[in-house]
This record gives sequence, structure tokens and C-alpha cells, in this order.
Amino acid sequence: MSSKPKVATTSLCGCFGCHMSLLDIDERILKLAELVEFNKSPINDIKVLADDVVVGLIEGGCCNEENVHVLRDFRLHCKILISVGECATSGGIPALRNPISLKECLEEAYLNGPSVHNPSGKIPNDPDLPLLLNKVYPCHEVVKIDYHLPGCPPPADTIWQALTALLGNKPMDLPYELIKYD
Amino acid sequence: MTDATFSIVIDDQEISARPGQTILQAADDAGLYIPRLCAHKDLVPHGSCRVCTVKVNGRPQSACTQPAAAGQVIESETDEIRGVRRAIVDMLFVEGNHLCPFCEKSGDCELQAVAYRLGIAAPKYPFLFPKREVDASHPKIMIDHNRCVLCGRCVRASRDLDGKHVFDFVGRGIDKKVAVNSAAKLADTNIDISDKAVDVCPVGAILRKRVGYVVPVGERTYDHDPIGSKIEAARER
Repeated sequence: MSSKPKVATTSLCGCFGCHMSLLDIDERILKLAELVEFNKSPINDIKVLADDVVVGLIEGGCCNEENVHVLRDFRLHCKILISVGECATSGGIPALRNPISLKECLEEAYLNGPSVHNPSGKIPNDPDLPLLLNKVYPCHEVVKIDYHLPGCPPPADTIWQALTALLGNKPMDLPYELIKYD
Repeated sequence: MTDATFSIVIDDQEISARPGQTILQAADDAGLYIPRLCAHKDLVPHGSCRVCTVKVNGRPQSACTQPAAAGQVIESETDEIRGVRRAIVDMLFVEGNHLCPFCEKSGDCELQAVAYRLGIAAPKYPFLFPKREVDASHPKIMIDHNRCVLCGRCVRASRDLDGKHVFDFVGRGIDKKVAVNSAAKLADTNIDISDKAVDVCPVGAILRKRVGYVVPVGERTYDHDPIGSKIEAARER
């Protein structure tokens, strides 16, 4: 068993841009691989979370019941949970639907939209599809979140400095340039 | 009335003030930045956003409306006052729909810049996600009420500087909003692209059309220097 601290990541209702930004740390990814062991993450396709994950990085907010399930699972297994990016911290672009009722959104998407071709006239309702929530929730409105890294996406340097500070037991004092909302 | 200057103390620093100055103006002149949103150097003080709240001899006051007076002892950058300001800005964020990633004003937005300066990574209150209107009827100007923080700068600028009264407040409490002086839309008012009211908006609520995103990321007003840096630089000289 590896003694390196475990890091897990997931993308909920996001666009994978924040994961792209994580990969954007370039050759420092080798240093990161020395520092940590990657657990469940879309990067390595591990499906099940270990019990002793130190840092969980969450991209995206919660738009459906599966997102909530995954987020709660991360909270249960990760010592420190970080909301990464605008969608995780505030709902982001998917939350544009929040002022509109879910029924209206689905009818626009599957029945009434100007480019819709749907001869069945039905809104998808397969039991295998996760049910949509009434609105998109930022992660900290669903579980306790320990740190927020805003940005769309947060710059690679922001993610790198935050991770290395946490893993090195140092305070997360990020410079002005690295905390931006866009 | 005398023109003689007098002293006030802000966070243990003695600064001089002139009769007729507000605490905010005296602090600006001394190179001490007090965060603010509704205050604007060309407009009469409004005292509505409360971001410039300071404690004057132990009592909370808005620095933009409170006249400076001899012997005042003022607290500004204390943990308590920073907490108050943070709570106010948090509430402004959750009360509207402030989606910085695609907003044209991002990087030049005073609400965003004050939030950066206060160290806000995410608001501590639940988001309300209100349903608000966008009025893009005018050929050159648009209003996105999702981003409005009800600072009243446009109301004051149109009334006092442009002499037009294009904007005013309607409704109360959570239903309060900026309305235009016409039965229908912005296009039906006598607003003009050269009006001061178009430029004073601290957020992306009133925008000029077709000039969005012209300044690249990295070169915008608050990309490198926090809001208030210019005022503070005056002190260091």
C-alpha cells in the first residue's frame, strides 16, 4: 500500500474545463505524481473511492440526483473537499436555468424549442437517466466544502499552489492574481 | 464656517480633513482606501450600499455620507468592519445573478473587484437565483437587471449630470428595481449613448452594445491591481 496521500477528482455538472486546467500544470504533473497517488478520477478511470482520500477536487455543481450521490460519497471519503471553479462554487452557466421552472426548461428542450425534432412528443423519462433537480445547486449548498477555488476555470497555477500548500501543511495564501471569478 | 483643516483618526492614523468633506473624501485625499460601490466622485452621496461602513466613535456610519468632524476616531480595516463589508457584498452576489465567466464587465467590475479585495472565494449565503429582465430594446445601450446592485449611480447621473431623469427606483425591499422613465422600454426614453448615466454603472447592468470583450484578459482594470490601489498609491508618494 502506498504511503502517498490520495487525491480524488470528479466532474459533476461541469464542462471538464477545470480538469483541463489541472492538466495545464504541464510538467509539474510529474511532480504531482511523486507527491500524491491519484484515486477515483476521470483522469485514471478508477471507479470506487478509497476510504482515506486526503483531498477531493470537485468540478461542477449539482444538477441531478447522481451528482448529489457522487458529491456525498466524496464528502464521506475525503478529508478535505475543494470546490473547483465557478460551477462548483455558484452553479455557473448551468444555473442559468434556475430562474426558469424545470418543467418549462424540459418543454423548451424537447417539445417547443425552434430546432426540436421529436416525433414521439415525449420528454425523456428512462429510469436509467438520473432525475434532474428542481435547480442547479452549488456544492456548498449540498455538503460541507472546505475550500473554494473560483475561476472559469481556475488557472493551473491556482490549483497547483492550493494543492501543494495543502499537501505541505502550509496556509493557502494565494496571491491576488490567482483568485479570479472568470 | 472656517476653512481651517482639522484632524480625524482612521485606524490609528491621524489624517487632515477640510470642512464640508465626508469621511470617504478625507480618507481618499489621505491615500486611505475605504471600499465603496454606490459612491462616485462625480455624484452626490447616496449612502445606500453600506459597503463603506466604518465605525465613527463606536457607531456604524456610511463613510460616503457622514461629514468629517474634528476629533472623530474611526475604525475601518478591523476584523469586525471587514466582516460587515463581506456580508454585504455576499448578499449582493446571492441576491442577483452575477455570472462573471461570461459578463462583459468582468475584470472592470467594481462589485467583483471589491469582492476580490475582501478575499471572497464564494458567498456564504444561499443563492436566490431571481428571475430578472434584460432590456436590449435600445440600439446602442442595454440593461441587464440580473447584474443590478441598486447603487443608484445611474439614477443620480441621469438626474443631476444629464438633466434627464431616465432612471429611478420602483418597488420596495426585495422587489426594488431600477425602472426607466417610459411606459415601455429603454428605447422609448431620451437616453443617449453620450450620457454620463451610461458610464457610471459599477457592474455590468448598463452596458454599451458592441464594445464587449475588447480589452483582453490580463489588461483589464482589476486584473493585476486591487481596487483602491490608485488611492493608496497617492499615500506612498
